[in-house]
Amino acid sequence: MTTTNRTPRTPRTPRAPATPPDASLAEVRALLGRLRALADVDAPAALLSAVLGELGLDAADRYFSLRTPVGQIFVAFNDRGLSAVMRGESAADFERAAHALLGRAVHPATEPPARLVAALERSLRGEGKPVLRFDLRGLSEFEQAVLLKALEIPRGEVRPYAWIAREIGRPRAVRAVGTALAHNPIPIFIPCHRVVLSDGTLGRYSMGGDQIKRAILAAEGAAPDVLEELARAGIRYYGSDTTHIFCFPTCGHAHRISAAHIQHFASEAEARAAGYRPCNVCRPALGA
Amino acid sequence: MRTHHVTCDDDVKLLAALASNRDAGFEPLVGAYQRRVYGLALRLSASPQDAEEIAQDTFVRAYRALAGYGNDQIRALALRAWLYRIALNVFHNRVRVRRVPTSPLELDDGDGPAFRIEDGDPRTRPEQTLIASETERELAALIAALPPHLRVALVLRHVEGLGYAEIATLLDAPVGTVKAHVHRGAKLLRASLEAHNREEAKVEALL
Repeated sequence: MTTTNRTPRTPRTPRAPATPPDASLAEVRALLGRLRALADVDAPAALLSAVLGELGLDAADRYFSLRTPVGQIFVAFNDRGLSAVMRGESAADFERAAHALLGRAVHPATEPPARLVAALERSLRGEGKPVLRFDLRGLSEFEQAVLLKALEIPRGEVRPYAWIAREIGRPRAVRAVGTALAHNPIPIFIPCHRVVLSDGTLGRYSMGGDQIKRAILAAEGAAPDVLEELARAGIRYYGSDTTHIFCFPTCGHAHRISAAHIQHFASEAEARAAGYRPCNVCRPALGA
Repeated sequence: MRTHHVTCDDDVKLLAALASNRDAGFEPLVGAYQRRVYGLALRLSASPQDAEEIAQDTFVRAYRALAGYGNDQIRALALRAWLYRIALNVFHNRVRVRRVPTSPLELDDGDGPAFRIEDGDPRTRPEQTLIASETERELAALIAALPPHLRVALVLRHVEGLGYAEIATLLDAPVGTVKAHVHRGAKLLRASLEAHNREEAKVEALL
């Protein structure tokens, strides 16, 4: 029958009992120590997600599979947008890989959301305006800038890595652009396949190899055979001798140059020396 | 003992993030304070399940309250006190609704343990800490058997380590009342601890 508290500077309230002589100070201290130790607990692992779930704030990722011209893909998404896309046949493999990529678990969608599936299929066919949203959290600002820039490359066209680097204001970071694109978490829908080497060759593709990159470009009408032919011939730009403007060969404006007026250039310097200025749409001047 | 103190610097960052975006800023807040809020709830309820519900409810209410706050109001929040106040309200509401609080303390005359103490998550309790934490859980059960107002005062002072003035603000009670409650809570706890030890000695003498 003791009290455990000693507060010498404050007046004792009438009902606070005095410490009886039989309560040893050590005993009281030990109890206080045990009480303090009780504060040392961990919150249950599920608490955070339970709170976020109840508030509708959880960005829990769901996934489903989709048949595409390049085979089956798995698509993970949350309420911010698409979060991961991978080719493959095994859902278990995708779950593991996506968990490693995103740092959080992905769960099978009970039913693929019809609107999203329709939007993905339109995107694959190149129909309509781009409406897809992407969850790029977890990527660096640089990586996000690279991927968002790749989204600007129109279907059927390609741009060199150096173009992305210059467009995002990091002209010397060409190699880092390549790395960022190689780690694109949402291939196909963020079209990293539309980014090629500066010499015009197609370059590597992480999602299933170079043949897949070729196949996707071919399906989009970018004519990979022609691109490789141009690369071999050392042709980087097309110019029009009527407008004196030069473009990347896949630029929509380049397509409109009639055969009789087309000029070939091996470099920006050559084009400029011939009195040509860069196209304002494909912005081919790399300053190289 | 591990220390996971949330410093004032961290609070400033958390509050700035909350002020700029209530939704995006809320997850880090829960992450930073879930341990403390859950810990408080566990000491008050002595049931991991109740504690989890109290903690969850606390954060949900906190989020809803934020909707009515201006950005300056959010930046000026004393996070710990604010969350504790909500947690205490949730706790008191549950006590009121239930009327008869279930005491986890129960003497058993069979072969089983003298105490039925609700178990924590077994995954977080390796075998060797189980025995070491036995006395700790007995203590937690004895605290949970105290009348709610004494329990709250005792836990805030001696488990959470808050000052009397802070507790008085938190509970909207005079400092003197808080002190009296802390003292009476401690006195009752020591009495029940002694009774418990006597019971145990009796049981041991029979073996």
